Amino acid sequence: MATQIDVLEPLPLPEGPPERRLPPREWVRENLFGSVFDTVLTVLFGLFLAWAAYRVGKFVFVDANWEIVERNLTTLMVGSFPRDQLWRLWAALFVLAASLGFGAGAIGAQRRREVAEGRAQPAPKGVAARRLAPVVLLVGVLLWFSGSLRNVVLVLAVAAVGALFNLVGRRAPRRLERSVPLLVLAGVLLAFLLVVAFGGVKWSDWGGFLLTIFLAVGGILMSFPVGVLLALGRRSSLPAVRLVCTGYIEFIRGVPLVALIFMGVFMIGFFLPQGVERPDNIVRVLVAFVMFTSAYVAEIVRGGLQSVPAGQIEAAQALGLSPYRTTRQIVLPQALRSVIPALVGQFISLYKDTSLVFVVGLAELLTIAENITKQPDFLGQGLIVETLVFASFVYWTGSYWMSRESQRLERRLGLGER
Amino acid sequence: MTTATPMPTRRTPLWRNVRVLRFVLQVVFLVGVAGLLLYLVDNVVGNLERLGIPTGFDYLDQPAGFAIPDSDFSSAQSLGDALIVGVQNTLKVSLIGIVLATIIGVLVGVARLSSNWLVRKSAALYVETFRNIPVLVIILFWYLGVVLRLPPIGEAVEIPDLLVISNRGIAIPWFDKVGEGFAFGLVALVGLAAAVLVWIWRTRRFDRTGAPHRRMLWAGGVLLAILAVGFFAAGSPWALEFPERGERSTTGGFRLSPEYAALLIGLALYTASHIAEIVRGSILAVPGGQSEAANAVGLSGWQRLRHVVLPQAFRISVPPIANQYLNLMKNSSLGIAISYYELTKITRVSIAQQAPAVQAILLLMGIYLLISLSIALVTNLVNRRLTVKGRR
Repeated sequence: MATQIDVLEPLPLPEGPPERRLPPREWVRENLFGSVFDTVLTVLFGLFLAWAAYRVGKFVFVDANWEIVERNLTTLMVGSFPRDQLWRLWAALFVLAASLGFGAGAIGAQRRREVAEGRAQPAPKGVAARRLAPVVLLVGVLLWFSGSLRNVVLVLAVAAVGALFNLVGRRAPRRLERSVPLLVLAGVLLAFLLVVAFGGVKWSDWGGFLLTIFLAVGGILMSFPVGVLLALGRRSSLPAVRLVCTGYIEFIRGVPLVALIFMGVFMIGFFLPQGVERPDNIVRVLVAFVMFTSAYVAEIVRGGLQSVPAGQIEAAQALGLSPYRTTRQIVLPQALRSVIPALVGQFISLYKDTSLVFVVGLAELLTIAENITKQPDFLGQGLIVETLVFASFVYWTGSYWMSRESQRLERRLGLGER
Repeated sequence: MTTATPMPTRRTPLWRNVRVLRFVLQVVFLVGVAGLLLYLVDNVVGNLERLGIPTGFDYLDQPAGFAIPDSDFSSAQSLGDALIVGVQNTLKVSLIGIVLATIIGVLVGVARLSSNWLVRKSAALYVETFRNIPVLVIILFWYLGVVLRLPPIGEAVEIPDLLVISNRGIAIPWFDKVGEGFAFGLVALVGLAAAVLVWIWRTRRFDRTGAPHRRMLWAGGVLLAILAVGFFAAGSPWALEFPERGERSTTGGFRLSPEYAALLIGLALYTASHIAEIVRGSILAVPGGQSEAANAVGLSGWQRLRHVVLPQAFRISVPPIANQYLNLMKNSSLGIAISYYELTKITRVSIAQQAPAVQAILLLMGIYLLISLSIALVTNLVNRRLTVKGRR
């Protein structure tokens, strides 16, 4: 029972756990062999972990036949994207790196100014290299599988462009502060246009990890405005509006995403009038994702709206602001700022949920991972474990990295602290 | 605004009158929403008629034309009956999954706060792994990578009289009905009523005298005693059957089909990682002063946990855990990916068998909504019961 007593001790603060200062010997005694029960636990868990690590290690480095992933790497990443158009994706990557690097630099500089002026708490410590570790790991593994020097050089160039624009962002003039999100968004749009416009590739030809990212990013960007409107509607003083919005949100939240995807794939055709061109499956699935995610975004934003003190609204009214301006300039900025981490959480959820398009056979990462095991060269060899492990690894690194960043953001905004 | 002193109405023009404005706005909004819905419904009906698809729900009476594995359902029965089997299968995997996920989740959540470094890190490893991989990938992995790779029935792993593990599923001992169960059902109901009465009596006595109530022990004991007596009095209507290996499958006991086992394990492991985080957060959220106060009045470590910290943590964790239960139920729709015949899979097969897609999917969503609302209702009742009066 000794362990359970210590369960109640407050968690060590992130900046300096007290155990670290103990000499190794005492640390081991205290944390691993504190009592008989503790010792038994340590031995049992140690044996199990060693066995698991051995099995996983043996599988990854000895038993697994990674040839299937090596040969299908491009398919896993982009699906049936025309191979002679791949340069568009690289170009888009450069633009993305530039805009995201710029955004990160500018926001970092802004934060430092706020801290210097005493308007914000200093950020929790975190070395950039460590923060980016999951992404670096993912890119490293992908490059290793691709085994092409050209790709290594290209990735390094993308990283260099990102770092360069990070520096530019840090030195960005202060009057640009408010337009940084817009600039970043413009960069993302430009990257998107580089791929689809000017004789580019229509998104019905996208697939693999590219489609995962497209569905997740497109889904969250489109869900956000709908979700904000739904949240405002649910808090409206007009009963009719409130009723309709609440009804929609609760309906969507009670239904599985798979059912909505089916609705998108099987029913949307019936909703459109005769003669209108039927949308392709990617659009249908995207509609389902937006319908689904907007309800959850609405609930998150509603939480933020509730956290804005009533005095803020009363003060705005006392100043004679119209209801529209009160919402737009007083309530929403405060509400949205406080729900950023939760929105990131929702994005992670959506990122993982894109795998559900598997059930309608859309060529997303998971679908491809399953399909390539049926290629003549690999049929009947039971390579599904290899491809699933690869897909899990890709999902895991993205999701883990984003959840870490969102926790960091949460701590920085001082949320979640009671 | 409504309580302001009455003003002469002719002075307020209609377009400045808040009440009129609010009314007009709502009417416009409702007309817009209703118009959109009507437009969509009109399109659907028009399209269905044009394609010669029936518009009602009569199709549910048609013979299904497909059989459902691991059930008595035959292809001659109606599509409506198939849906009922689907609901049963959905509930079967959801409810057992909820129990499993709760047990694993609470254990891992407490382990994350253990004083043992290795235990703590192992729990964190579990949580971070399963939380960040899509649940569908986990289910597929268990199905394609583990359950279907178990040895074939001829070389099944066997623990005599207990377990038969093969790629035909996992067979465990289970009760088989050998007699009339009705009388025993009545006895069980009586036993339950008696247990409730004993529970109330012990609680009242505790309120009056303060003596230890031990109501769990008392009520459980009464229930077990009545059940045991009733079981033999009714002539042992159930008998424990042990699984045995047959030629192509197992006989006796209860066989978890590969699909069911994979879906159950996948859902439970994924949801448990989320529940573990909630449990950990709830324990940390109990103010430190509570533990200190418990120490100050001389409670032991176990007493502190059992009577001070866990009850409060439990209270905080009920709404988010209820949310996870809902998610698990909704995620059971992923059974379709591995052909486990729950609601979604059966709807999908029905559509392939010429059931009208629009009605079938509307019905599917309606049923899920109903199950969700039922779970929400139960958990809301629990939550209301647990909320401390006078606090929020």
